[in-house]
Amino acid sequence: MKRQLLASICACTLLAASLLSACSSGGGNAQQTGGEAGSGQESSAASGSAASTGSSGGKKLAFVVKSTGNPYMERMIDGFKDVASKLGHTVVVKEPEQPTAEAQISMINEVVAQKVDGIAVAANDPDALQPILSKAKEKGIKVVSCDSSVNAQSRDVHVNQADPVAIGKALVEAAYDMTGGKGEFAILSATSQATNQNAWIAQMKEVLKNSKYANLKLDKIAYGDDLRDKSTTEMEGLLKSYPNLKCVVSPTTVGLAAASKVLVDQGYAEKIKITGLGLPSEMATYIEKGVCPYMYLWNPIDVGKLTAYTLDALVQGKIKGEMGETFEAGDMGSKKVTTAADGGTEILLGDPFKFDKENIGQWKSVY
Amino acid sequence: MNLENTVRGGSGRKFNAGKFFLRWEWMLVFLFVIVNIFNSSISSYYWQPETFMDAPMSFLDKAFMVMPMALVLLLGMIDISVGSTVALASVLMGVSYRAGMPMGLAMVVCLAVGTGCGMINGLILAKYDEQQLPSMIITLATMTIYRGLALIILKDQSVGNFPSWFSYLGWGYVGGVPFILIAFAVFAVFFLILLHKTSFGRQLYGMGNNLKACRYSGIKTARNKILVYTMLGFMAGVCALFLTSKMGSTRPNVANGYELEVIAMAALGGFSTFGGKGNMIGAILAAFIIGFLRYGLGLINASSELILIIIGVLLIASVLASNVKPKMKLPEEKESPEKKSQ
Repeated sequence: MKRQLLASICACTLLAASLLSACSSGGGNAQQTGGEAGSGQESSAASGSAASTGSSGGKKLAFVVKSTGNPYMERMIDGFKDVASKLGHTVVVKEPEQPTAEAQISMINEVVAQKVDGIAVAANDPDALQPILSKAKEKGIKVVSCDSSVNAQSRDVHVNQADPVAIGKALVEAAYDMTGGKGEFAILSATSQATNQNAWIAQMKEVLKNSKYANLKLDKIAYGDDLRDKSTTEMEGLLKSYPNLKCVVSPTTVGLAAASKVLVDQGYAEKIKITGLGLPSEMATYIEKGVCPYMYLWNPIDVGKLTAYTLDALVQGKIKGEMGETFEAGDMGSKKVTTAADGGTEILLGDPFKFDKENIGQWKSVY
Repeated sequence: MNLENTVRGGSGRKFNAGKFFLRWEWMLVFLFVIVNIFNSSISSYYWQPETFMDAPMSFLDKAFMVMPMALVLLLGMIDISVGSTVALASVLMGVSYRAGMPMGLAMVVCLAVGTGCGMINGLILAKYDEQQLPSMIITLATMTIYRGLALIILKDQSVGNFPSWFSYLGWGYVGGVPFILIAFAVFAVFFLILLHKTSFGRQLYGMGNNLKACRYSGIKTARNKILVYTMLGFMAGVCALFLTSKMGSTRPNVANGYELEVIAMAALGGFSTFGGKGNMIGAILAAFIIGFLRYGLGLINASSELILIIIGVLLIASVLASNVKPKMKLPEEKESPEKKSQ
């Protein structure tokens, strides 16, 4: 009995310790702000002093990303927090443990209960978040999606990193180039419902219909869920199932990095080339080695920054998210709201940027 | 122990006030109060009327399965296939609706699939004891089979676009109270009565304590096992209905990990995995404790990993404490038949 008593005391102490760390990390997670610890005293004093730059800050913004442990998401978060705190707002960041829509629904529910003024979300599913986001909008909360959109009814406006048509064309051209004009290639994507990847793949399929690419065959679309281990196993599966594969396109940074590693580790670097959308910091070695001749991306930090500027403009009432509106996005210049392919509105960051052996050296330390 | 205020109840057993209040269920009530105090002290957003209506929505879909799972645990068995059952039921409902079936009928399909999956588990496990055919292994197998079927049917896609009234199940309110809470209350009353007021419930307690003796006394153990697993399957179908309504769409990998959460709630509720003891009120309270704790931690934006750690440690601490307590507080109490059937 004594041993059991000792064990339960240890367990209770452990419980108390983790609860205490929850309180302090709860404050830490909502960085640049006081957390919720204490008697609910909003520490707007800290953010108030930062709001000396023009626009009135003091709003509370939430950012819900696809999942935790994703370097691309981390960089978007950095950009978002940077701009939001400069504008004097408090930020709450929510990173689901698994890249699922259910987790995002719970998290959006929680930030709505915290009475935020605006929500930015990189969605795991375009439609599943509609009920909870509609509820948020009814309460007067502004909703912006970025990177991966939610459907038009769920949002006020979408912040799109680059034109999907341009991305699709660039990726198909790259595959065409790397297979020498004819051969088989495969796609390693993120989750099967991810709005952005699906939009780009749809554009790729459209481009493939052109007679120029008649000899280019798409074998399979595999889904790595933006999880490192799953992407690795899916890639290994592709290599085994399609021995004549000449090229792999991965329109997601996690997939591209994982698949490149598989190619190098298993000795396919000469036979199979890989391209897609990748972070320079992760892909520098592979571009230098030549297994990835070139790839595309844009600056995810800028995506985060533009999202923060857009959400700020919405909560301040400067724009409503309707077609044709313009607003000033701080150091990013003037931005215009245009129609999106899904019937809603969006704001475009710019064009995709090509990374190859020449410029990778200067970009790998930036992001 | 001789207490002054013992009263002879209708069943002939003495009502011992001291023992009544030292029960595990009162500990859970106390724990629930603590959780609420903790939650409101860490977040100013917690203590408002909407919390008690909104917070349940996040965990009640799982809680539907806690009650029949408690019955399974009571038997000394287990079922880890419930998450996959939810997925399969939900996927088949979505696919049927997409193929043109009216929504009401598709919902019936969902419940039927859930019930069927549960019944299959029950039929396989009915005739054999735990030693010969462990329920953990069989339900592990059905867990992969059901999930595999869901993946074969829908592969990597999702299916949605349900009629707009369907979201009422998960999101709707009836006079200020969420519909899901009302549905849960109805089932809770049903399971409470089933376990504590019917002879079927008493048989389950008996089977959990000594299966062989029950079989030799003429109790239909096989039939009872099938019934319990079928009920769990049906409630998994109910969970699938509400989960799909909440999300507005479904895909094959929903409800991942639900089985372990449900078992954790039942275990916290006082249902030991060895079987034979537990009170349905405990299971319901435990579901609310874990659900509200998660919600409160989410309000202060604690990271998902930390929440997992806390729930895990809470489970260990409470189960250990419940085993230490009786031996400490009642040292003169002999092993009485009453204590085990709490």
